[in-house]
Amino acid sequence: MSSTFLGMPGSFPKNAAKAVQNSQLRYNLRKATHTIRGKRANVVGELPDWQELRAAGKAIKDETLRHLDRYLVQMEEAVTRAGGHVHWARDADEANRIVGELIKATGETEVVKVKSMATQEIGLNEALAAQGVTAYETDLAELIVQLGDDFPSHILVPAIHRNRAEIREIFLDKMEKVPEGLTDEPRALAEAARLHLRERFLKSKVAISGANFMVAETGTLVVLESEGNGRMCLTLPETLISVVGIEKLLPAWRDLEVFLQLLPRSSTGERMNPYTSMWTGSVEGQDFHLVLLDNGRTDVLADEVGRQALRCIRCSACLNVCPVYERAGGHAYGSVYPGPIGAILTPQLRGMSSELDASLPYASSLCGACFEACPVAIDIPEVLVDLRAKVRHKPAERAGMRVAGWILNDQVRLAKAQRLATRFRKLVPKRLPGPLSAWTDTRDLPDIPEESFRDWWERNERA
Amino acid sequence: MSAREEILAKVRRAVAGAPETSVPRGYRMSNQVSDLVGLFAERVDDYRAVVHVVPAAEVPGRLAELVGERRMIVPEGLPADWPRGIGGTSVAELDAADGVLTGCAVAIAETGTIVLDTGPGQGRRAQTLVPDYHLCVVRADQIVSGVPEAVARLDPARPLTWISGPSATSDIELNRVEGVHGPRTLEVVIST
Repeated sequence: MSSTFLGMPGSFPKNAAKAVQNSQLRYNLRKATHTIRGKRANVVGELPDWQELRAAGKAIKDETLRHLDRYLVQMEEAVTRAGGHVHWARDADEANRIVGELIKATGETEVVKVKSMATQEIGLNEALAAQGVTAYETDLAELIVQLGDDFPSHILVPAIHRNRAEIREIFLDKMEKVPEGLTDEPRALAEAARLHLRERFLKSKVAISGANFMVAETGTLVVLESEGNGRMCLTLPETLISVVGIEKLLPAWRDLEVFLQLLPRSSTGERMNPYTSMWTGSVEGQDFHLVLLDNGRTDVLADEVGRQALRCIRCSACLNVCPVYERAGGHAYGSVYPGPIGAILTPQLRGMSSELDASLPYASSLCGACFEACPVAIDIPEVLVDLRAKVRHKPAERAGMRVAGWILNDQVRLAKAQRLATRFRKLVPKRLPGPLSAWTDTRDLPDIPEESFRDWWERNERA
Repeated sequence: MSAREEILAKVRRAVAGAPETSVPRGYRMSNQVSDLVGLFAERVDDYRAVVHVVPAAEVPGRLAELVGERRMIVPEGLPADWPRGIGGTSVAELDAADGVLTGCAVAIAETGTIVLDTGPGQGRRAQTLVPDYHLCVVRADQIVSGVPEAVARLDPARPLTWISGPSATSDIELNRVEGVHGPRTLEVVIST
């Protein structure tokens, strides 16, 4: 995935342990997640048919995935028929190369960008920089992250970890023209961003976007946004390049009637987001390129349990209800996809060979709040448990589990083991020694009873 | 093998034998709303847009009042008795204008949304984006109750812009600020 995150060291527990020491971060996160959570609950509660919409959303995505080959070909035909160009990219490198070549053909060295998870995932900005192209993020939060030389920490509000004073400092430090006497009022900061980007929008020749949805039947792309930076990028430049994950498809035009209700309410907690743009192929004389991105998605699709993660519409409702995310923050997940969805998506897209990725399926208490909040009913706890079974455990842990399995599988062996434990119960310490202390550092070892239940039962049955 | 062939082959291998699905559409296709105009006005107002409900005959006069001295972009296809505007399609011309006056293709009561499809009286997409003030006229018969009816009325071959209030951001400590890059003021006239 993103080259930005490849260097992220450690594992989730280590990163989280560090993050929870940061009280400012925890304050920001708690305030933000609880605010959005409340807004979402209000607007979801307004719709009497929310569960029906959710069931339809889930089924539409399952149908898309079941016949993804057919819908991809249909999408390609529809876009081509409408004057657009379609490119296919197996992985991040191939996608970055395609985008780089398309930009080179225009002769431009600067491009504007709409916030897009897919391009973050493939590390597009860094790849373009290496080819001498500067990509300017235009979403306010992405701008804060980019100017602050920082990492996003939330899917929807990437600068959720920054407060207004920090943002003002970043603007004063990094913007060429800052309005005089800039305060830390959100209105003043937004105005500074408007001025900073205005000229760039009006003169840019090439834009890069992702998409929230693609409609196979019609070849239409859909982008939801709030600020108008998306419309600026999608409308004004002569060339538009959209990099979209292959799972973003919807079979039919009418399917939007479901997702345009599910996404805004789940995501920003609004009845509708301020702006949604839809376009089909080349419109108003614009040169349009669609890059269809795999980058591990077909591997996820091959997993019967894990494939449901591809239903995700990146609303981030699961982040906002997650007790683990609320305390650890987005950076601890070491991926552009944080929170519960990140804990199942990242290990599947990247594999679980690194210490970090192997630790992600454990970044959860399995409370299930994410499943309940998910507008496409992804059973995140189910996938987490399935992935835990697939993680390659340490040899000592595997040996321990094999021994436990050998004993627990046979009632004679279990009875013997229980009697042995009972006999030496006084010798068992409250805290385990050596590496086993990792278990008892955070929990008590259960007391061993004088007599096992089985023996007690046997004795009383006889009596 | 090309990337296209390889991705399609991997997809086919991955889903071979997976169960078929059917889509349950038990959600509402339309809502029983007794006062579409009232609900639409209330929901647009929630986004802190300015809303006026005006009898059709009084619309031209009201528009003239609202436009006042502003130098407005007025696309072709609007009624002849509406305020005259300046032309302009280049980015510099649009940036220099004070605002834009348009009609719309459809409006949604439940979500307070206006949809433009670049048809007559709506102009190109840039015309409703670059100027800082957007004055939009919605006819009562263009208002539908919910999202499904709007989707059914729209033509995907046209570029569509769904507008729900003025541009906004909540990126700084989740404080909503209206007016970032799109028109900072949205004023809606509902013609009844």
